[in-house]
Amino acid sequence: MILIEMIGILLGGGILCWLTAGWNSAYVKWIAMTAVAADLLIAAVLFAHFSAGGMPQTATAPTAMSWLVDYRRSWIPSLGVSLHLSMDGLSLLLVLLTFFLGLLSVLSSWREIKERQGFYYFNLLWTLGGIAGVFLATDLFLFYFFWEVMLVPMYLLILLWGDSNRRYAAYKFFLFTQAGGLLMLLSILALYFIHGQQGGGYSFDYSDLLHTTPPPAVARWILMGFLAAFAVKLPVVPFHNWLPDAHSEAPTAGSLILAGLLLKTGAYGMIRFILPFFPQASAAIAPWAMGFGVIGILYGALLAFAQTDLKRLIAYTSVSHMGFVLLGIFAMREMALHGVVLQLLAHGISTGALFAVAGMIKQRLHTRDIGQMGGLWKAMPSMGGMAMIFAMASLGLPLLGNFIAEFLVLLGAFPQHVTLVVIASTGLVFSALYSLRMMTKVFFGPAVAPAAVDIGGSGALRDMDGREWLILGLLCIGIVLLGLFPQPIIDMIKEQMLRL
Amino acid sequence: MNELAFIPALPLLGFLVLSLGGRSLSRNAVACVGAGSVCIAAGLTITLCVQYLQGGNAARVDEWVAWRWFASGPLAVPVGFRVDALSLVFMFIITFVGALIHLYSTAFMRDDRGYARFFACMNLFVCAMLILVMAGNLVLLYLGWEGVGLCSYLLIGFWYETPANCAAANKAFLITRIGDTALLIGMFLLFRELGTFDIAGILQASPGHFAAASPIITAIALLFLAGGMGKSAQLPLQTWLPDAMAGPSPVSALIHAATMVTAGVYLIARMHVLFQLSPAAMTVTALIGALTLLVAGCSAMVQTDIKRILAYSTISQLGYMFLALGVGAWSAAIFHFFTHAFFKALLFLAAGAVIEALHHEHNVFRMGGLRHRLPIVYWTFLAGAASLAALPLVTAGFFSKDQILGYALSAEDGNAVLWLSGIAGALITAFYSTRLILVVFWGEAKTPVTRVPGRWITVPLIILAFFSITAGFLEWPRDLLDVQLFSGLLRGVLPATTTRYQGEGGAQLTAVIATLAGIFTGFQLYYRRPALLQRWRRGRLTAAGRQFLLDGWKFDVVYDRFIVRPFVYLTRVNRSDLFDSLYGALVRAMQEGNRQLSRTQNGSLRWYAVGVLVGMLYIIALLL
Amino acid sequence: MRSNKKKYMPPVNSHTVLVVAAILFALGLCGVLTRKNVLFILISIEIMLNAAGLAFVAAGAKWRQPDGQAMFLFILAMAAAEVSVGLALVMQIYHQHKTMDVGDLNKLKDE
Repeated sequence: MILIEMIGILLGGGILCWLTAGWNSAYVKWIAMTAVAADLLIAAVLFAHFSAGGMPQTATAPTAMSWLVDYRRSWIPSLGVSLHLSMDGLSLLLVLLTFFLGLLSVLSSWREIKERQGFYYFNLLWTLGGIAGVFLATDLFLFYFFWEVMLVPMYLLILLWGDSNRRYAAYKFFLFTQAGGLLMLLSILALYFIHGQQGGGYSFDYSDLLHTTPPPAVARWILMGFLAAFAVKLPVVPFHNWLPDAHSEAPTAGSLILAGLLLKTGAYGMIRFILPFFPQASAAIAPWAMGFGVIGILYGALLAFAQTDLKRLIAYTSVSHMGFVLLGIFAMREMALHGVVLQLLAHGISTGALFAVAGMIKQRLHTRDIGQMGGLWKAMPSMGGMAMIFAMASLGLPLLGNFIAEFLVLLGAFPQHVTLVVIASTGLVFSALYSLRMMTKVFFGPAVAPAAVDIGGSGALRDMDGREWLILGLLCIGIVLLGLFPQPIIDMIKEQMLRL
Repeated sequence: MNELAFIPALPLLGFLVLSLGGRSLSRNAVACVGAGSVCIAAGLTITLCVQYLQGGNAARVDEWVAWRWFASGPLAVPVGFRVDALSLVFMFIITFVGALIHLYSTAFMRDDRGYARFFACMNLFVCAMLILVMAGNLVLLYLGWEGVGLCSYLLIGFWYETPANCAAANKAFLITRIGDTALLIGMFLLFRELGTFDIAGILQASPGHFAAASPIITAIALLFLAGGMGKSAQLPLQTWLPDAMAGPSPVSALIHAATMVTAGVYLIARMHVLFQLSPAAMTVTALIGALTLLVAGCSAMVQTDIKRILAYSTISQLGYMFLALGVGAWSAAIFHFFTHAFFKALLFLAAGAVIEALHHEHNVFRMGGLRHRLPIVYWTFLAGAASLAALPLVTAGFFSKDQILGYALSAEDGNAVLWLSGIAGALITAFYSTRLILVVFWGEAKTPVTRVPGRWITVPLIILAFFSITAGFLEWPRDLLDVQLFSGLLRGVLPATTTRYQGEGGAQLTAVIATLAGIFTGFQLYYRRPALLQRWRRGRLTAAGRQFLLDGWKFDVVYDRFIVRPFVYLTRVNRSDLFDSLYGALVRAMQEGNRQLSRTQNGSLRWYAVGVLVGMLYIIALLL
Repeated sequence: MRSNKKKYMPPVNSHTVLVVAAILFALGLCGVLTRKNVLFILISIEIMLNAAGLAFVAAGAKWRQPDGQAMFLFILAMAAAEVSVGLALVMQIYHQHKTMDVGDLNKLKDE
């Protein structure tokens, strides 16, 4: 029940925002914030409860799924569709991340969005609700439903409140993701029919389809269908081109959600669906997938180095980090999978923070071009310090979350495929290249007088105000905590990773 | 909480206080917090040292686990500290010399706008370096390793408004990162073989697990060596250190002379078991050490920037330490580290005082005649330079360098080639040290002294000068006096060096002669007959040779042309991402198709009627 | 008496009538496709409709059902409606565009 409530709060809150906008647009932001904060609280309580020892023991047969929270209600029985939401350690962590970043995205839109606020927060909350639904749905029809629900409001967010090139970016984002999604739909239907033909009755439910064994050749094609959708979302290098445009043209909150959450849905899909459903086929394509992961790491890093648009640079770093995720998932070892989950969380926090900083800079300087920035540390030392922390996280400095994640991924994948991991490790040097370039060009160097500046009372560039401190402070604490105390996270997902 | 915890925790606390609230504190408060934290840590370390020395147990180990960092599958990594005699030596240097440098900086950096930021970064550095040497497992060591890299980056680029400083900081970070990645891969290999990162466990299990000189252990050892090479600026990763002089002088003293650059030496000494199992790696280490000391020494001979001279000198002395490690003279390398820390830090701090006094003049040929104007600085600098040149018997540098040279010849893995390069290096070192003294302090004054250094600057100099002279008395050569305090302290941790024969006399004498010859040559060239130099500078071949050495043997040029420029070009060419053009082509194809198909919509009624007819006929044909 | 005998008419073959209807239909189709004047196109459509009606009548005669004749009435009614709407449209076209040439009426072209 609580699961449906969590999603419902977001969806209902969104509608409420939209309606309130007609009446008094000042309250809209507060409603949105309350809705997300309430959900965050629920998720945090759940996390505390389960990490303190409320984990169900897997004394039962290894093929049984042990969910932490399970909710099922019949929806369209004739088609075998039910409203089945379940949460286990992985979903709990990702849902927690969703609401955390959701809250921060609401906070960062506080002063940035001035027109049609009601509709904006409606889209924002519905995207969050869709993402939460994706992480919780265990009925494949419901999963696809939420997949689409998270897509359309995001498209509107980019289209209506984005930057100068938003039309192109929004279309590109929509078309790419939709194409992948349709291929996934084909795969889901194929699984559905095969399951029905094998005599289990027609059902979209996760545990039923888990026990379907399609013939090997067919399994590979169905896996490809799923992989198409998740590969576009993750993104895997040939299909990544929607990402730089969408991330750079979206408003700050949009970029936060895109980088922080939407990319994780691809990884989640792989862990939740591809690996359990098709173990042999996954093992067969694993070397290729790991290869693509390494290509992603290097290609993303090299491209990030060359960019002159700040948000595009950060977007390419996302491509690079997600390469680690792909490498880790298809290494199919326990340590690597732990690293993957940590990377999902750490990357969400660190890249989200970098986008927040980029948004703050954009608000002050009205430009994303790093050629026009420079020497910003002098005027905004706190922002510089925060950006330094997250740039260091991006390059994998120990003490911050990303290091442990990348370390575990590389260490776990090492016995599987030594050469690839060695090549991937060189990616660490390249990540240092782009992070340092970013810091040098933006914050260091002689102070460049920008054309149009959002000046505070003193006439100089305004350093961070309270709200911005709150956003970046929370993110900073998050990444440091992940770096110092990752054990609770690992404990939470230990059971199911073992099963994979 | 264990007392061990306080030692790195205090500078960490200093960092937190200063970074969060530094701007609202007064100068004095910042100085108190910044320097005070390191001073107290130094005090605690000295207490610990006394305990060790009094206990007499050379193999004593103090361990403390703070919390379980992460555990995943077969891997369990605690935040565990493990202090033994080797760590203690490093801890002593880091905190003690660090404290002196911090005290010096309270006056040196006083007029700088980023006072609090400076001390915050310095404190963080001290904390990270302490974690590095106190770490009980390799992952924690790596944390300290990267942490010092970060602080080095922040401090080299401290005056960030000058682009050249930022470029130097980037270069330092990137080159050391290459080494770090090699270290990481070595760690992965090690884990795959042994299944643990715990240092004590590794050292214990390695001899049994690895066959001697097997390819895998050689690979691991070489990768660890590469990591050390990056941090310790050995060939071919040495180009970052001269440029790192863009940072303030206290930074150069602490990070790039006494501590961070010696992290590589610590790593190899700590993991000595791995190296001992792989003679190939040992040989490579020694060779690299020898090559580096020669290359850097030659470059130091012709530099004109006082800090660059000292930087190349540091690279050269680190080469000596690597040479010692490579021949198996473990405690000799650490002893040289010990003495080098004192005199090199002294030299950098004194150089900073000189630069400040002459209002930011870096070129030695525009200094001169400071002997009488800055007496304290002169005498302390002289002590440091003498130690660097290894002036026999009265300086600490002599005892440590002599030990290394002795072992280079007589150790199991030593040979005459290495020894000769060491001797040549000693000659060159003595030469450029003399050059430095003569050009900077003797002769006629070319730039007037604008500021005389105060007490907070000269007192640390004096203390360091004292140690530069006396620190060597801990370990005498066996044929002169049987004092083996230093290696005695380390004998529980590092294996004794096996030698092929005992006699040291001939080698020692050669070393002394080399030193004196170097001093004599320098004296001749720079004091007695400077005209010879002028002639050399004008001659074409010698001028080209001089330029070659001045540019650091053109390593920078090679790297720039073959690595940096192609890389930047390639990435810039692909900036708009060639995959985009794929999708763009797809879009264009779609649009073309649209254009073609819409030509059928030409508005002509008869066309449509014909279309309907054709369609109907087709359907009828299908049905039939 | 021989003058009182009725003349014997052989029954009309439905096949023949269908051929006639087909020919009529083809003629009407040719008219639709080749005539330039809108009115003539309408007339040709009328011919096609009548041909269809003829086919129905022939079928009704063959099977001796009244349905054939009933269908012809339907077709007649539909043709009447269609002609009235069509002629109204043609009037409007002439008003707007001052031409009855179907080649000139291509404003719905895709630019």
